[in-house]
Amino acid sequence: MRIVVVGNGMVGYKFCEKLVGKNLPDLQITVFGEEQYPAYDRVHLSEFFSGKKADDLSLASRSWYQEKGIELHLGDPVQYIKPSVKLLHTFKGYIKHYDILILATGSSAFVPKIEGIEKDGVFLYRTIEDLHLIQSYAPKANKGTVIGGGLLGLEAAKALLDLGISNTHVIEFAPRLMPRQLDEVGSEMLMTTLAQLGLTIHTNTNTSRITGDDCITGLEFADGSSIETDILVVSAGIRPRGELAIDCGLETGMNGGIVVNSRMQTSDTSIYAIGECALYNEMIYGLVAPGYDMAEVVVSEICRMFDASAATKLFTGFDMSTKLKLVGTDVASFGDPFANGKNISNIVLKDTVKGVYKRINVSADGKYLLGGVLVGDASQYNMLLQTCRNKILLPPHPEDLVLPAREAQKEEGAGVQALPGDALICSCEGVSKDIICQSVTEHGCETVDAIKKCTKAGTGCGGCLPMVKDLMVYTMKQQGKYIRNVLCEHFNYSRQELFDLIKLHELKTYDAVLDQLGKGDGCEVCKPSVSSLLASLWNEMVLKKGNDTAQDSNDRFLANIQRGGTYSVVPRIPGGEITPEKLIVIGQVAQKYGLYTKITGGQRIDLFGAHVSDLPLIWSELTAAGFESGHAYGKALRTVKSCVGSTWCRFGLQDSVSFAIRVEERYRGVRAPHKIKSAVSGCIRECAEAQSKDFGIIATEKGWNLYVCGNGGSKPQHALLLATDLDDETCLRYIDRFLMFYIRTADPLTRTATWLNKMEGGIDYLRNVVVNDSLGMAAQWEQEMQALVDAYQCEWKTAIETPEIRKRFAHFINAPQEKDPTVQFETLRAQKKAANWK
Amino acid sequence: MITQNETAVKNSQWFTACKVEDVVENGGVCVKYGNKQIALFYFTRRNEWYATQNECPHKKQMALSRGMIGTKNEEPKVACPFHKKTFSLVTGQCLSGDECSLKTYPVKVENGFVYIDVSQ
Repeated sequence: MRIVVVGNGMVGYKFCEKLVGKNLPDLQITVFGEEQYPAYDRVHLSEFFSGKKADDLSLASRSWYQEKGIELHLGDPVQYIKPSVKLLHTFKGYIKHYDILILATGSSAFVPKIEGIEKDGVFLYRTIEDLHLIQSYAPKANKGTVIGGGLLGLEAAKALLDLGISNTHVIEFAPRLMPRQLDEVGSEMLMTTLAQLGLTIHTNTNTSRITGDDCITGLEFADGSSIETDILVVSAGIRPRGELAIDCGLETGMNGGIVVNSRMQTSDTSIYAIGECALYNEMIYGLVAPGYDMAEVVVSEICRMFDASAATKLFTGFDMSTKLKLVGTDVASFGDPFANGKNISNIVLKDTVKGVYKRINVSADGKYLLGGVLVGDASQYNMLLQTCRNKILLPPHPEDLVLPAREAQKEEGAGVQALPGDALICSCEGVSKDIICQSVTEHGCETVDAIKKCTKAGTGCGGCLPMVKDLMVYTMKQQGKYIRNVLCEHFNYSRQELFDLIKLHELKTYDAVLDQLGKGDGCEVCKPSVSSLLASLWNEMVLKKGNDTAQDSNDRFLANIQRGGTYSVVPRIPGGEITPEKLIVIGQVAQKYGLYTKITGGQRIDLFGAHVSDLPLIWSELTAAGFESGHAYGKALRTVKSCVGSTWCRFGLQDSVSFAIRVEERYRGVRAPHKIKSAVSGCIRECAEAQSKDFGIIATEKGWNLYVCGNGGSKPQHALLLATDLDDETCLRYIDRFLMFYIRTADPLTRTATWLNKMEGGIDYLRNVVVNDSLGMAAQWEQEMQALVDAYQCEWKTAIETPEIRKRFAHFINAPQEKDPTVQFETLRAQKKAANWK
Repeated sequence: MITQNETAVKNSQWFTACKVEDVVENGGVCVKYGNKQIALFYFTRRNEWYATQNECPHKKQMALSRGMIGTKNEEPKVACPFHKKTFSLVTGQCLSGDECSLKTYPVKVENGFVYIDVSQ
C-alpha cells in the first residue's frame, strides 16, 4: 500500500513513528516536507536562542527515516493533488501515486494587514528559518517589540531577551495576555512577573502602522501613541495550511481548515488530514497532544484496512488543558478555565508577594472540579487535571487543593491511589494509570527509566514524571516489594548499609570500597556518596592520593565551580565575627587577584572569579592571615550564624556569638549526607533565624533551647523544638548525637528536614533517640563525633603544603602557568561577573 | 603499552601531551594543543586512556577534564561537573539523552609519554 504524507512537522513525524511501529506488511511510506530540516520540536523553539542547535531540536535524524524504509523528500513542497487519479506533483517535479494520502501541512503564522509590514526588521516566529533571520538581524537592534501576547508571542519575547535585547515590548490586541488560557487576574499576575524580567506589556493595543524608511524604526497605535523599535516579531496567531486542499476541491472551513470527521477523513475518503490543518467540529487544535491523538486515529484506520477486527479509534475532541513554563514562570489552565455563573463557585488564591494566582471552578453542589487557572506555581496541575478529567469527588474542603501543603498532609505520593485506572497520566503519549501500573506488575519495570522505555510515558514534555514515579513506588509497595534505595548500578546497597559495611571492613579509599563491596568501575553518583561516607567515618584529608578523583568536583578543587569555570573562595568566619585586620586582608586578596566580593547569607564573604591556578596562591595569603577553609564546597557544616547577643544587645540573655563560635569550631569540616547550617540567637527575638537551620539554638533565661531539622531553600520548614533550657555541655552532647544519627541513616543528598519528614514517628521518635537514648547509641555517637573533631585539619593548609596536591591546581597539564583563555568576564556595578552561558 | 586505536596509525599525527605520571589516576587533565583544549583521561582501574574535547557542549564550558569518570553498563563515561551531563569516552555520544556529542581523539602511551592523535 502506498502511503504519502504531506508535511514533516511534529504531527507528520509522529504519524510515521506510530505507523512503522505497527509493522504492517508491504507499506511504502513517502514523506514530502517543505522545510530543509527533518521534523523538529517546535514547542521548544525558543531554546534555539538559549544555545540549542537545529540538531538538538530534531525529533529524528534523516538516518532514522532510512532505517525505517521511509522515503523522505525535504525542501520539496507539493504543488497540487489530483484526487480523481490519486496522484500529486511536487515542486522538484516528482509525480507520486498514493493509495492513502495524509495531509499534515500544519499551519502558518497569521500576518495581520498592517501598513509597513513589509519593512526590513519585521519577522515572523514560526520556523527555524525565521529564527535564523531574527538571529542575524538582532545584533543591530537595541529595542525590540513582539506583536501578540499569546503563548508563542511570549516565547518570542523571551527569545529577544535571550538575544540580548533587554528593552523588549509586547503588544496585545486583547485586554489580557494569553486570552485563551488566562482570566483577567491571571493575566495581571503574569504581567507583573514579566515586567520584573524587563518586558514592557501593552494590552488593549491595536497597531495601526509600522514606521521607518526601508528598515523599521517604530510602531504607531490606533490611540495615537507610538513607540520606537529596531526589530519587530509578529506572532498574532495561526492559519491552517489548507491551500492544497482548497485547490483540489476538498471541503474546507474557516480560514482554510480542512474539514474532517471523527476518523480524520476529509471529504475524499482516501485523503486524511491531521494536526493543525484539520478542522474537526469547527475547531482547530493548535497543540501537539491532540495532533498526536489524530495521528493515532489514522494509524488505527490503516491497521483496520489490513485487519478488519483491529480496534477502531475515533477522535472526539481534545481537552486543551496545558501547562508550560513561560520565561521561567509556571502557567497552566485546565478543563473550563473561565467557568462562571450562578451554579458555579470559584475558589481563588492570590498572592502578589510570590506572584502566585490560582483559581479553581467548582460545581454548585461542591462535588466536582470544572476547571481552573494557575500562574506562578503549577505544582498541583497534574492532580487537579486528573481530578477534573476523571470527575473525582472533591474533598470536603476543596480549597486545600490549591493551598500550599500543610504540615500534617505532607505524605509523599498521597493521591495517586485515588485515581481511577483509566486516568490519563501522560497526555503527550496518551498513557493511562493502568498501563503504568501494569508495566510495573507485568513487565517488571522498577525504575522510571524502565517505565519510560516500556510505555513511552514521560517522553514528551516530561511534566508527568513525578506522578509516574509516585505510581511506581505505590504499585511496588502494593506488591509487597521492599523498595531499596540502592546507590547506583555499582553498589547494591543503600547509603546506610554501606556506612556500616565500610566501618566494619575499615575501608579507607574509594577503590577499596568498590573492590570489596561493589562491582564495575564506579560513576558520578557512587563516587561522591562513598567519598562522603569515608569522610564522615574517618575524616581524613579528602584529597589524599587515591581518593582525589572520587570527590565531587567542588571537593576535588576545594572551591565552588561557577559559570565560566572559575571558582569561588569562602574563608571560614566563625559566628560571623571578624577583626578589622582580617577584613582588610580579604579586601587586599580580592584586589590582588581581581575577585568579585559579596556577603553571603551565612555571615561570611564570598570571593568569586578565581582561576584554578590562583587558588593555592589565594589560600597561601589567607591561611597566613589566620583564615581556614569555610567548606562552602563540601557537604559539610557551612556556617553557624549568630546575632550579637548579651555582649552588646540590651535584650540579649546569653552570649550567642561566643557559643556560635564554639559550635562552629567543633563541627567544622564534618562531612554529612548534605550540607548542614546552624545559628545561635541571643534571645527569643531570634535575629539569627535559628529556626530555619538544620540545628538552631535560642537563648533562654536558663540556658539554650535546641531546635532541629529546619530548612530554608525551595521548601522552607521551621525547625522543631527538641529540648529546652540546656546548659552548654548538654546542648553540644545532644547535637553530637543528632548529627551522628543523621550522618548514619540519611539517604545521599538528603537535608535534615527531609530526613525527619520521612522518619516514622517524626520528632517524638527523634527526641526519644537523642534525648532519652532509646537506641542505646548515645555514648558511641558522642565518642565517634569526638574522633571526628580531633581529626580535623584545615584542608587548604594541607593542600598548599603538599606539593603533589598543589600541583593539581593548574588548568593546563602541559602549560601550568597559563590560565584558561576562554574565561570571560563582564563588568557590573564596578565589579566583574561571569559572562552568560552561550 | 596501550593504544586505543591501532588502525588509525597510518595518517596519524601524534602530539606529545605529557608524561604518564602527570595525569591523575582515574581522572582527567586538560592538555593545551595550539588554541585547542583536549581533556585527557587515565582510567587507571581499567588501564585505559581516552581523550575528548574539553568543552562540554551543553553550556559550552571548558570543564570536562575536571569531571568524574566511571562506567554505565561497562561503557566508560565522563560526567561534566556543571550539570552532570554524561558522555561516552569511547564514542563521545551523550548518555543523558541530549542530542550532542564530543569529539574524541586516539591516545597512545610510549616510554612513559602520552601521545594524542590530532590528525582528524
